[in-house]
Amino acid sequence: MLSIKNLHADVEDKKILKGIDLEVKAGEVHAIMGPNGSGKSTLSSVLAGRENYVVTEGEVQFEGKDLLDMAPEVRAREGLFLAFQYPVEIPGVSNINFLRTALNEIREYRGLPALEAKEFLKLTKEKQKLVEFDAKLINRSLNEGFSGGEKKRNEILQLAMLEPKLSILDETDSGLDIDALRIVSNGVNKLRSENNAFVIITHYQRLLEYIVPDYVHVLYDGRIVKSGTKELALELEERGYDWLKETYPVTENAR
Amino acid sequence: MANQVSIPLYQKLLDGFDGKFAIEQKAEPDALRQARQKALENFRKSGFPTTRVEDWKYTNVIPFLKEDYALQDKAKAGAALAHAVEAATIEDLDSYRIVLLNGQLQETATDEKLPDSISIRPMAEAKQEATFLNYFGKGTDVEKHHFAALNTAMFTDGLLIEVKANASIDKPLHIIHAFSSENNLFVQPRHLIVLHRSAALSIVESVVTDSSAAKIFVNSLTEVVVEENANLNHYTLQTAKKGLRQLQHTEVNQKRDSVYSNYTFSLPEAELLRNNLHVNLDDEHTESHLYGLYLGADQQLLDNHTFMNHQKAHCESNEVYKGVLLDKAVGVFNGKVFVQVDAQKTNAFQQNNNLLLSPTATINSKPQLEIFADDVKCSHGSTIGQLSQEAMFYLQSRGIGEDSARAMLVSAFAFDVTEKIKIPELEAHINNLITHHIPANQELIKA
Ligand SMILES: Nc1ncnc2c1ncn2[C@@H]1O[C@H](COP(=O)(O)OP(=O)(O)OP(=O)(O)O)[C@@H](O)[C@H]1O
Ligand SMILES: [Mg+2]
Repeated sequence: MLSIKNLHADVEDKKILKGIDLEVKAGEVHAIMGPNGSGKSTLSSVLAGRENYVVTEGEVQFEGKDLLDMAPEVRAREGLFLAFQYPVEIPGVSNINFLRTALNEIREYRGLPALEAKEFLKLTKEKQKLVEFDAKLINRSLNEGFSGGEKKRNEILQLAMLEPKLSILDETDSGLDIDALRIVSNGVNKLRSENNAFVIITHYQRLLEYIVPDYVHVLYDGRIVKSGTKELALELEERGYDWLKETYPVTENAR
Repeated sequence: MANQVSIPLYQKLLDGFDGKFAIEQKAEPDALRQARQKALENFRKSGFPTTRVEDWKYTNVIPFLKEDYALQDKAKAGAALAHAVEAATIEDLDSYRIVLLNGQLQETATDEKLPDSISIRPMAEAKQEATFLNYFGKGTDVEKHHFAALNTAMFTDGLLIEVKANASIDKPLHIIHAFSSENNLFVQPRHLIVLHRSAALSIVESVVTDSSAAKIFVNSLTEVVVEENANLNHYTLQTAKKGLRQLQHTEVNQKRDSVYSNYTFSLPEAELLRNNLHVNLDDEHTESHLYGLYLGADQQLLDNHTFMNHQKAHCESNEVYKGVLLDKAVGVFNGKVFVQVDAQKTNAFQQNNNLLLSPTATINSKPQLEIFADDVKCSHGSTIGQLSQEAMFYLQSRGIGEDSARAMLVSAFAFDVTEKIKIPELEAHINNLITHHIPANQELIKA
């Protein structure tokens, strides 16, 4: 589904990604862990197509197509979804209107007719239940004044509505209380299938008890330095990341 | 006075006043004739304003006055009128609708019988009446305002709208101001709107043109009187085509316990729109709301000058103007809040926010607070910004195309104003217009 080869990327002339290789197949869940500033969010931003991130080397194929060649909205319509580490507040755009527009633009791209108002509301209700999303929030401005947990749940609600093939969750679990964590991971587990895949960026092994990954990768200094199965997450939790600094000295960042 | 030699229209107007116009005025009441004479002398002295006049610093009106304008129209009635009226249609709006062509009431284009409690007469007739003479010219400063002086001196037609005491008009009154002419035209309509004690009305005014090549300069003046405990919602939609240049002066006088809400939407394509909106709070316990949205494209010059004049105690005013500027459009906002010595316990709030969507667009924003009373609550703020890149990316990352994402964000920016519209059909109409005017496939600046 996703094939990343030797990906290098810069932000403001600073080398952040320094050769990432990653293969994700349908039905798989990959976890990416790693210390602050190692490049996890940069990787997800590059995949989602955020401006100002310059790919200097390497390639990314998504379902056999060149992902890096697509505009951000096309990537989304092709089935890529990024749950933001910091969801954006947009006053004046109602949550429900946003969801309807997104869903219908994606449907149009896939040659499907726009959903009738009734069908759309039914679908929204159903998915709202799945992530136990407060109905009052759905008519409010997008993320405006939402609590941290509400924003994260809103990301998962969008994920549930848009039914992407590949979902990247960037620290969706950070700052969630135990109930919210359970809700979010239940949501993800219900959405998991043979046909989709998840990349879960997290600092905490706790989440991986709820969403059990097939693979765990350690991203450090812009590279995946170690990959393993879910036991690796436990090991990281115990050992921390300090050992990485000795094993893999940081390379020069400036270009 | 500025040198008016380069503007043939100046002399033409003065000659016109002494000639044909003087004969027509003979039958007018003395009070009106005297007011006209006095206003003309003011105009003769002041001429048209140049950018050296403080109120016109950012708006150079002179180039728009240099055309060879006729003072009489050769109106293209029929198809052109129908076309203009069509352009003013607001989908699903249930209203009483009247149509004016170049300031003249068109009996034929006026549908449905009005309730007895509201009366609408052509100014040509109404100017003989006591109501007119009672309210005419009150508060309009013809010494200071060049165009108001000229309008007062030489207006020809317009409307007098009167709502009886205690009457609430069930549907909005939709006034379509259509302008159409085969020749270049300088036209000066004058309107008077009076809501008597405890009356309530919503007015939607649409300013439209057909797409003729002629240049039309409209110097219109509307006086509004909101008597005790009366309530007026006053909407104006300026959606004329290229070729129209308009100066709209609105002078509002509010009496005790009255509420006046003005909504001004200045949209493409008129070349020049200058709105002078003056609200005089003549009495205690009034409430005023001024909402504005200007969306300029191409080389439009959109200028809103508002003047909130707090003269008495315990009044509240609230003003929100939003500007969106594309292409080479120029926006001007000048909002003056004046709190006089007697206006204690005033609450006055003003806000102006602008979105510059093109590197070649310009905005001049100048809020002005002048406070002479000591026990008041006043605030104002002005911002200029660009579309948020973060927000654009967030929307796009959910599959929303760049053009729709941009339109969504502009609508969201305008939301503080559009949400205040009390007529849902009108709100939908304005939102559609906003979306329609945000161009597709254009590189806009973001921050
Ligand atoms: N827009 C930007 N401009 C400048 N530097 C940036 C930008 N985005 C990221 N960086 C830098 O790139 C490096 C990697 O940041 P990134 O956000 O990808 O880390 P992360 O692994 O997600 O960290 P965290 O665990 O704290 O979320 C950091 O040094 C960060 O400061
Ligand atoms: Mg991060």
